[in-house]
Amino acid sequence: MPADAPPVDALRFSGIAKIFGGVKALDDVSFTVGAGEVHCLAGENGCGKSTLIKIVTGVYQPEPGARMQIFGQDYAQISPTQARKAGIAVIWQDLALFAEMTVAENIAFETMLGNRPRGVSYSRLRTAAASALARLDVDLDLDARLGDLPIAQRQIVAIARALVSDARLIFMDEPTASLTQSETDALLSVVRTLSARGVAVVFVSHRLAEVLEISSRVTVLRDGKLVGVYPTEGMTQSRLTELMTGSSFAQDVMARDPTGSDVLRVDDLSRAGEYEGVSFTLRGGEVLGLTGLIGAGRTELCHTLFGMTPADRGRISLNGRELNLSSNRDAVAEGIAYVSEDRLALGLIQPQSISDNTVLAVLRRITGGVGLLSGQKQEATVAHWMAELAVKIGKPADAVSTLSGGNQQRVVLAKWLATQPKVLLLDCPTVGVDVGARAGIFRIVRQLAEKGLAILLVSDEVPEVYMNADRVLHMAGGRIVAEWDPRRTGLSEMEAAVYA
Amino acid sequence: MHRFLRAYPTESKLLAVLLILCAGLSIASPDFLTLVNFTSLLNNNAVNVIWAVGLLVVLIAGGIDISFAVAASVVQYLCVYALVAIGGGNWAIGFLFAGGFGLALGLINAFLIHQFRIISIVVTISTFNAFFGLLMFFSSGRFLYNLPSWWSNRVILWEYQTANGTWAELILPVLVMAICMAATWILIRRTTTGRQLYAFGDNPEGARRAGIPIGLMQAIAFGWCGMMAGIGGLMQAHITKEVIPNALVGRELEVLAAVVLGGARLGGGRGSVLGCFLGVLLVAITQNGLNLLGVSPYAFKMVVGIIILLAISTSNLDPAKWFAKGGKV
Repeated sequence: MPADAPPVDALRFSGIAKIFGGVKALDDVSFTVGAGEVHCLAGENGCGKSTLIKIVTGVYQPEPGARMQIFGQDYAQISPTQARKAGIAVIWQDLALFAEMTVAENIAFETMLGNRPRGVSYSRLRTAAASALARLDVDLDLDARLGDLPIAQRQIVAIARALVSDARLIFMDEPTASLTQSETDALLSVVRTLSARGVAVVFVSHRLAEVLEISSRVTVLRDGKLVGVYPTEGMTQSRLTELMTGSSFAQDVMARDPTGSDVLRVDDLSRAGEYEGVSFTLRGGEVLGLTGLIGAGRTELCHTLFGMTPADRGRISLNGRELNLSSNRDAVAEGIAYVSEDRLALGLIQPQSISDNTVLAVLRRITGGVGLLSGQKQEATVAHWMAELAVKIGKPADAVSTLSGGNQQRVVLAKWLATQPKVLLLDCPTVGVDVGARAGIFRIVRQLAEKGLAILLVSDEVPEVYMNADRVLHMAGGRIVAEWDPRRTGLSEMEAAVYA
Repeated sequence: MHRFLRAYPTESKLLAVLLILCAGLSIASPDFLTLVNFTSLLNNNAVNVIWAVGLLVVLIAGGIDISFAVAASVVQYLCVYALVAIGGGNWAIGFLFAGGFGLALGLINAFLIHQFRIISIVVTISTFNAFFGLLMFFSSGRFLYNLPSWWSNRVILWEYQTANGTWAELILPVLVMAICMAATWILIRRTTTGRQLYAFGDNPEGARRAGIPIGLMQAIAFGWCGMMAGIGGLMQAHITKEVIPNALVGRELEVLAAVVLGGARLGGGRGSVLGCFLGVLLVAITQNGLNLLGVSPYAFKMVVGIIILLAISTSNLDPAKWFAKGGKV
C-alpha cells in the first residue's frame, strides 16, 4: 500500500445479515475494503458472495441492525442509485453490454441516459470513451461493434464503462471465468493499474492462484458466515481451500477401484479446433472426472460423445462395438445420456411441467396400443424417478421453473435416467446449485455408479472431481494432459496444474 | 469508405445490389433509365417509405407492429369525419389530425404491451383485428369521396416536360417522405432517446439495469410508428383521392419485408433510415423492372419472396471484412 494511503476506507460494513425464506444466506458478516485496495471475496458457490455484493450495491436490503459506511459516509439504507452515486460499480458476469452498439457507445453509455432527450455528440462520446480506455492503458478500436469483440475485450469495455461513471470501487464478479491465460494476465494488469490510480477493486474468482496473485487481502465466507479476513502474503492455495470449504467438508475422497468391465472406449478422437488425440476408457460403475479450464474442449468432447458433432478422426466404442453416431438420437438409442452444462437453457423446458420434462426423452416408450401417449405410463415413469432421486416437488403438473436449482438438476437427471442409459455424461452438474444440494446430487451420482452405470463427470471445479471421481483426467488446450488418482494425488497439486 | 462499409454492412450490400439491378435493367429495357420512370417510382413508393421509417423505430426497440397499415385506414376515416366536422380545414390541420390520431393508436399498442407485459406481435395482431373490425363495422365498407379539395387536389412540387412530350413530376408525398426520413434519422441517430431505443432493443435487461425507462421507450417507439402510419395514410388518400376501408390491409407485410431487407433486425437493436429507403426501393425497382420486361404480375410476389430469402440468408457475409482483407494483402 502506498505511504500516503487515504485514511478513509472505501467500504465499512458490519452486522450484515440476510434471510431468504427462513434460511440465513448471510449471518453477521462484516466486510471492509480499503481505498485503492484490491480485495478478494472468496468462498464456494452458495456461500453468500453474490448476496453480499447485492447488498453493497443496493439490490437487496440487509436485515435490520446492519452498519453501512461508504467512503466515510453512513447509510441507513442503500438504493442502487445511491450506490452508483457513491462511486460503486459492479461488473456482472453477464456484463449487461449492448452487442449491436460500438465500443465507444458502450463505454460512454452513461452520457446517453436521462429522460429528457438531448442531442448526441459522437465526438464528446468518443473523447469520454478514449479517456476511460487511456486510464486503463489499453487500446481498443472505438468504432468496432461490441458483438464482434472477444469476451476478454468486452470485459475491458465493461470496466471502462465503470470508469466513465467515476467509480471508486468496482466489483468484478468472476471476470476471468471465460478468459484464457494471456487474457487473464491482461485483465490483472488492468486491475493493478486501477488500484494504482486509487480505485478499489473487489475481485470474486474461483481461481485461487489468481486471487493470491492480485489481491492484498482476502475475505473468506462459508455458508453465509464470515470465516475471516486474511492478508494474501504467505497464504497458500491449499490453506485458502481449507478456509473456504471448512474442516467439516474435509471428507474422505470417494475414489475406489471400479469392478465393471470397459463400457466406453475412446481412441485418438480429434476434431479440428476443439480437441485433439483424446483417448480414454470408462468402466461400468466408474465415475471418471474430467476437468480443465473453460475452453479446454471438455464440452465439445461431450457433444461428440453424444452424437451432436462428428469427430474428424478417431473411434468411439461401446461395449467393444464401434459406434457411428450421426445424431444425438443415435446416442440415446445406444444408451448414452447427456446432462448439459447450461441446464436452464438447454436441459429443461422451463414453462412445461415437471412431468412433461421427465418423459421428454422417452416419449416413444410411454405410448399405448395405437401409438398415442399413455397418461398412465407417463405417471408411472414420473412417479418412479421422482421417488428414486428424492426430488422435492409439489405436483408433477407444476412448471419446472417453480423448482429450486438442485431439484431442477434432479429433474434433468430423471429425464435422462428414464432412457435407461449405459453411459451418463454429466457436464458441470452443480453450476448454480447450493452447497447442500450439491452433496445430494453427488450422493445420487455415486448410487448410480454402484448400480453399474458408467459416468463421465465434467467440471471446472477441481475439488468437485477430486472428491467424487474414481479417476481424474486433466484436459488443456483440447488434449488430455494428465491422469490422476485422487487417492495418490492431492487436491492442491491438481489445482496447481489446472489453474496454472 | 471503409468506415461506412463497417458501420452499415447491410446497407452497403443493398446499395451494390441495387446498382447492379439498375444497370442490368437499363440495358434490358429502354424505358427503365428515364426521368419519368424514376420520378414515378419515387411518387409511388413515398408512402411505403414513410411507413417503413415508422416501423423501423419499433423494430430497433425490439418490437414489431402488424397493425400500422390498418391504423392508417382508421386515421383516414377519422380525418375525413373530423375535417368535415370543422368545416374543411387545411394542410396544417390535416397533418395535425393525421399525426395525432396515428400517435393515439400507436400509444394504445404501447400501453397494452407495457401494462400487461404481452409481446408486441400478439398485441398488434389483436389491435390489427380490432381496428379493422371497428372500421368495417362503422363504415359498413363504404368508400368516402367527400375529401376536402386541398386534400384531394394533386400538389405538384416540380415538373419537367421530356423530349418525347411526357411529363416527369414530383408530388407532395415525396417531400413528406424526405421530412419523415430526416426526422426519424435525427431521432434515432442524434438524440439520447434514440440511442436508448437501440440499447433497449439490443439488451432489455442491460438497459433496465442502466436505468432506462422501459415504458417510455415502448411509448416512443409505437407512438412514432403510429404517427408515421397516420401521415402515410394522409398521403395515400392524397394520391388516390378517396378513402377505401380495406385498401391498405396487407401492406404491413410488404413494408415489414422491405425494412428487414434494409438491415433492421427482428430481435432489435439494429437498423437505419438509409436501409429502409433502399429496402423499399429494391422491392419497388424489382417489380418495376419485371413490369417493363413484360413478366406476368402474378410472378412479382414470387420474385420478391426469393429476393428476401436471398438477402436474409446472405446477411452474415460482411463486406467490411473482404475490404479489410483486400487492404492488407
